[in-house]
Amino acid sequence: MRQPLLALLAKEPAHGYELKLALEQIFGQAYPSPNIGQIYVTLKRLEQDGLVRSEDVEQTTRPNKRVYELTPAGRQALRAWVEEPSEGPRIRDEFFIKLILAPMAGLADRMSLMNTQRRHYLGIMRNLTELQAETDPADTTARLLIEGAVLHLQADLDWLERCLEELV
Amino acid sequence: MSRSAAKGLPWPPPPSAESPALLRTSKLVKVYRAEGVAVEAVRGVDIELAIGEFVAIMGPSGSGKSTLLHVLGGLEPATRGEIWLRGKRVDGLSASAWAVLRRKHVGFVFQFFNLLSTMTVADNVELPALLAGATPKQARKRREELLAELGITAKADTAPSRLSGGEQQRVALARALANEPSLLLADEPTGNLDSANTSDVLRLLRRAHVAGQTILMVTHDAKVAGLADRVICLFDGMIADDAKVVPAQRYRDKQGRQQAVQNFLELRG
Repeated sequence: MRQPLLALLAKEPAHGYELKLALEQIFGQAYPSPNIGQIYVTLKRLEQDGLVRSEDVEQTTRPNKRVYELTPAGRQALRAWVEEPSEGPRIRDEFFIKLILAPMAGLADRMSLMNTQRRHYLGIMRNLTELQAETDPADTTARLLIEGAVLHLQADLDWLERCLEELV
Repeated sequence: MSRSAAKGLPWPPPPSAESPALLRTSKLVKVYRAEGVAVEAVRGVDIELAIGEFVAIMGPSGSGKSTLLHVLGGLEPATRGEIWLRGKRVDGLSASAWAVLRRKHVGFVFQFFNLLSTMTVADNVELPALLAGATPKQARKRREELLAELGITAKADTAPSRLSGGEQQRVALARALANEPSLLLADEPTGNLDSANTSDVLRLLRRAHVAGQTILMVTHDAKVAGLADRVICLFDGMIADDAKVVPAQRYRDKQGRQQAVQNFLELRG
């Protein structure tokens, strides 16, 4: 949550609720809308770390709102985040650990573990397909997000087949 | 694709003594001989396919998926075991008797389209109907319906080689469905397509399935398998798993589903 907020504030100063709306608007329906409380907590921490500063702006008809803006340190932190490559999917996989250890403990055979896992992956795939069908084709961000999940799932299934070939 | 499902009848019909499985195999075995060595590609497979079902066959390469499909469609003879199609035993049929049976009852879609390159798109799609005894007028009408449904009417007079892969596969699908076959067999139909064309072909298969078409499809594409009613997993020529595809979670609303995607994505994080 920290970096997305910094990135939005790099564009222009904003208050918490505006940031929530912006995230919703940019990431569309595939991404659940961020919790407003979480946004306020994150902003407070960013301010403690000196990455943003805030100012109360008086409003005539409503309570004051607190507007946040990026500090030079915040801009630097944001730049460092943008320039660094992001972590790929993790290699340690809980299913794999189960697959190796459970048969050793005499708890399950590998074929049935793989079958259970495949059924689960296909079930998630069905959910993603449904979500895809509900997503507005013009919402590119949401479409790409779902497609990413689909491709990860495809890789998981392919890998499951590789495990089947080598381990059973 | 204008089947009784479209008219509001329950579909697929419940299994009963009067309506046996559309396709059933018992202890099906296929042995190849390669340079004197016997290779058991299919080793005792029992499958039952109900009318209107959409079943995907998955499994590692070399697990016997394509061989099984070819044997079920009579493209290669079974070595042992039984195949029953529409309540009739068909494993002992001659190649020519299979050809006649396929014309009416079995449509095939392959990974590499296998269209006749010297004929136009229209002729490729009309040919199966003509071979099955339809009049030229009937064949033409059916062809026009299918091409319109698959969105390739404009390509009717084009040679297949001038079409994109996705368009060629749509033509192949139209050809396979030309005689309203009881059974559509598909061998990696999206295996050679990019993601946009894969989506198009899937949408068309889905529509055929909803209209009541029984489909048995070999695939390693999870998107395809996720659409099926049931997935059979082959391993080493035998069935390792055979299960209905059940959504991982039932969501009350769209928000619940979004949360699940979020969880899934964070899992990868």
